[in-house]
Amino acid sequence: MLDSVTGMLRDLGRHVIGRIARLGFAARFFLGVLWGSGTAWRRFQLTIREVFFSGIHSLIIILVSGLFVGMVLGLQGYDTLQRYGSSEALGVLVALSLVRELGPVVAGLLFASRAGSAITAEIGLMKATEQLTAMEMMAVDPVARVVAPRFWGGVISMPLLAAMFSAIGVFGGYLVGVVLIGVDEGAFWSQMQAAVDFRLDIVNGIIKSVIFGVAVSLIAVFEGYDAPPTAEGVSGATTRTVVTSSLAILALDFVLTAFMFRGL
Amino acid sequence: MDGEVTTESLVEISDLTFGYDGRRTVLSGINLNIPRGKLVAIMGGSGCGKTTLLRLIGGQVRPSQGYVKVAGRVVHELDAEALYRMRRKMGMLFQFGALFTDLSVFENVAFQMREHTGLPEELIHDLVLMKLHAVGLRGAHALMPSELSGGMARRVALARAIALDPMLIMYDEPFAGLDPISLGVIGQLIRQLNDALGASSIVVTHDVHESLQIVDYIYFISEGRVIAEGTPAEIRDSSDPWVHQFVWAEVNGPVPFHYPGSAYREQLMERSGA
Repeated sequence: MLDSVTGMLRDLGRHVIGRIARLGFAARFFLGVLWGSGTAWRRFQLTIREVFFSGIHSLIIILVSGLFVGMVLGLQGYDTLQRYGSSEALGVLVALSLVRELGPVVAGLLFASRAGSAITAEIGLMKATEQLTAMEMMAVDPVARVVAPRFWGGVISMPLLAAMFSAIGVFGGYLVGVVLIGVDEGAFWSQMQAAVDFRLDIVNGIIKSVIFGVAVSLIAVFEGYDAPPTAEGVSGATTRTVVTSSLAILALDFVLTAFMFRGL
Repeated sequence: MDGEVTTESLVEISDLTFGYDGRRTVLSGINLNIPRGKLVAIMGGSGCGKTTLLRLIGGQVRPSQGYVKVAGRVVHELDAEALYRMRRKMGMLFQFGALFTDLSVFENVAFQMREHTGLPEELIHDLVLMKLHAVGLRGAHALMPSELSGGMARRVALARAIALDPMLIMYDEPFAGLDPISLGVIGQLIRQLNDALGASSIVVTHDVHESLQIVDYIYFISEGRVIAEGTPAEIRDSSDPWVHQFVWAEVNGPVPFHYPGSAYREQLMERSGA
């Protein structure tokens, strides 16, 4: 009995220590990536290439999702607003929802699933097929040459994708609200322009998307670099990237919103 | 020859001991030398620590005892910068090529030139084509690694390993999984490149017959120790039972067919619950 209790405590302790050690390793890895970022900025074409792979390749899913989210917002928003006789405020509702919250958050979640998982799988497979070891043996630091450009590529792509998500979402709301339902076009745009504040809404939305970009990109490159070099290891790392990034985005969103919009 | 250090040795290994996680001993008390300009094979069964030995020479892992000296400098005492400078003079062919899958054949061979030299693009172009010509794949320069056969990928990796004309070339199982023609081609290339570049080469392999035809000297490793060494002729005529079993691929000998376990009869009885 005593043995099983101490055994359980030992397992628990080992698990907790393992988690903390991994967190410490991730923090050191992050500093290593920042330290090794010179190459990614000096030879900027390496980073541009990654912006292409993680940004351009995510564009279709971001645009299509943004359009549908905007259209649904238009339908739901109109349904609620017209009960209070303020359907002209539809533009405000759609724009604020997208710019403040849905743009950064949903684009971040999609980015984690589409680009984050691809980055993890690529780096994990490069490790499993000894490409990273080969690079080290050629006196080239894989963190500087492989990891840092992918990290910065993700950080640059994310706010651009979130902005496009919001823009096409607003257009989706316009299509449903104005073209389909017949809300007054002038009121739709003018109320939106009057209510959306550049500093409070748009800049805060951009800050959110940059922070989500850092979080997702860091998790993606870390999981890939840390993946056990087996098929099972890479598949597990890819799954962890999507799960951890998604949870990180939602948790960070709460904290950031609390600071930005409630003045905590 | 065992442990004898000569000024002609490019690589000197003395009393080298290594274990992963500080526990499982992979190599214990290895002494060997790689003379300049020679092609030396390190042979042994799977999992005997041959690849670990290459990792120790390349400074990827630290020995728990003893040392590896390359060109007179102890590898594990070098700082990161000095280690990277030394690695620029080493070429390594990995077991499955380890080509960069996101780069073309041309870019794979050009990789180190772009990273380490400020050579103009025209010169890199000519040098890469010369390296690819040396392994017979100049015509394949635009292909991606996924479009290559196993033998071709190995040859591209070989061209990449010699991109900066290294003083030491290490081959990790260069013959594994190749058809007889590719195997012969790779064997001849290893010999020719060593002689043409004036380099020293270490071939880690368990392919006896191909190796005996091309190398100058052979070390046999078993259970983490050097158990035999000699020229190909000496190895062929060796009366050592272990070497004999290995060279003539005999099922029974000093290396047992059965993995150690409890007595056969006892284990069967346990299972039936008797």
